[in-house]
Amino acid sequence: MRRLRAIFLTPAYTVTVGLFLIPLAIILVYSLLSRGAYGGIVFDWTTENYRRLFDPLYGAILLRTVVIAVITTAICLALGFPLALFISQSGARKNLYLQLVMLPFWTSFLVRTYAWMFLLRDTGLINTALQSIGLIHEPLPLLYNDGAVLLGLVYGHLPFVVLPLYATLERMDKSLIEASADLGAGPWTTLFTVILPVSMPGVRAAALLAFIPSLGAFLTPDLLGGGKTVMAGTLIQNQFTTARDWPFGSAVSLVLMAVVMLMVWRVVRTKGEGLV
Amino acid sequence: MKRGLAAYAVAAYLFLHLPLLVLAIFSFNHSRFTVWQGFSLDWYRLAWRDPQLAEAAANSLLIAVVATLLATVIGTLAAWALWKRDSPTLSASLYTSLVTPEIVTGISLLAFFQWTFRFLNVRLGMHTVILAHVSFSIAYVVIVVLARLRTLEPALEEASLDLGATEWQTFVYVTLPAILPGIAAAALLAFTVSFDDYVITSLVAGVDSETLPMVIYAMARRGGNPVVNAISTLIVFALGALIVASERLQKR
Repeated sequence: MRRLRAIFLTPAYTVTVGLFLIPLAIILVYSLLSRGAYGGIVFDWTTENYRRLFDPLYGAILLRTVVIAVITTAICLALGFPLALFISQSGARKNLYLQLVMLPFWTSFLVRTYAWMFLLRDTGLINTALQSIGLIHEPLPLLYNDGAVLLGLVYGHLPFVVLPLYATLERMDKSLIEASADLGAGPWTTLFTVILPVSMPGVRAAALLAFIPSLGAFLTPDLLGGGKTVMAGTLIQNQFTTARDWPFGSAVSLVLMAVVMLMVWRVVRTKGEGLV
Repeated sequence: MKRGLAAYAVAAYLFLHLPLLVLAIFSFNHSRFTVWQGFSLDWYRLAWRDPQLAEAAANSLLIAVVATLLATVIGTLAAWALWKRDSPTLSASLYTSLVTPEIVTGISLLAFFQWTFRFLNVRLGMHTVILAHVSFSIAYVVIVVLARLRTLEPALEEASLDLGATEWQTFVYVTLPAILPGIAAAALLAFTVSFDDYVITSLVAGVDSETLPMVIYAMARRGGNPVVNAISTLIVFALGALIVASERLQKR
């Protein structure tokens, strides 16, 4: 019995160690080395790559990434909570409504981002429609700005938020709402003094599920932000492709990863349960 | 308040579904511009005849099929082992791989492959893409299969062992058939994740391994091309069907 379990674990261990942990270890080593004159890596130990993160130029990018992720999370929670509340009160149609939220989330992230390019660009649907009814004469600059990136991030991560919020609302003791109404509270008072405080664990989990992917986003700022909105993800990609500064790109990656792990660890610890 | 909530929900569902729906409608537009000029299948015909798209689609399918097979086998075995007794190291690693930003996974794999190429005479290509896909889809397989295993009665395996079957026979003849729908659901999920990936794939792909998402990305960047609308619509509906199938199987 022990032997079969050991045999069954071996391939997964091999892949996880070989294709996940060792690559991360290589990035860790690279982040402490120097960049060569032509973009290669020189075995010259340094902490310079981490110190460069405090350079105003890069510090601003990291700060901007955090701000965009925080705003995305806030909007996602504000939009997702009423939707989750609606689903949890829908009786027999609950599962259907939930599936309708989750379905677009599983189908191609790239295509969903592209759909917004199709709507927002100068020759896109919104500008063409507004021009044809004569409301505007020049196309509005809807694409390639911070607003478009924010929109894309909210659109992409809203389903992530609805699921945990729905789960908490579903588990909530419904007699609490009745008790609140019996004691004379109106629906809004009940919402803010009973439902919201009771569902805080779900709100925390939901916030995490929106914050983490927004923090590490690459495709959305890249496609909807054009070259303009630089976030941590685009900075990393840039260092590994055009800038050819792998040590600095590695340092940014590890800092990003450290922030993500810290957030996950805090939420998992307060919830007291693992994933698998 | 109840009515207001319902009205809000309608608006929210429109926000979630309208962009893809509009894209799908305009993929059947006769005009190359975003003005409706009648129904046509021109863009689908053009997409079908495009040799670059055909090659990318073939690459994507091959990569997704091979990666799914490997990830499903490896993930199912690991899920069974974790079901017997949790391995905190493996669980934590899989958990971490799920929350790691794709761009970080991508560049770390790129750095790893470039490093191994110093000792091996290979280059980036289909094999590196497949390895990357296996690595990031195992966690999904483990989660889905483990959820299925947890619904099993432990007495089932005990009875088989008591009746003299070996551990291996019990796994093959008792456990495996019982969790088959879960395994199929996991495979469909792994296929979807693999087929759709752009960020990691673009970093570890070579010249001979351009995938469909990479072509779509390049076309989207270049600007208005209705062929992208057509191919995107096909992908959304194909992947959507797979996901619905996967969810049905998970509930069975």
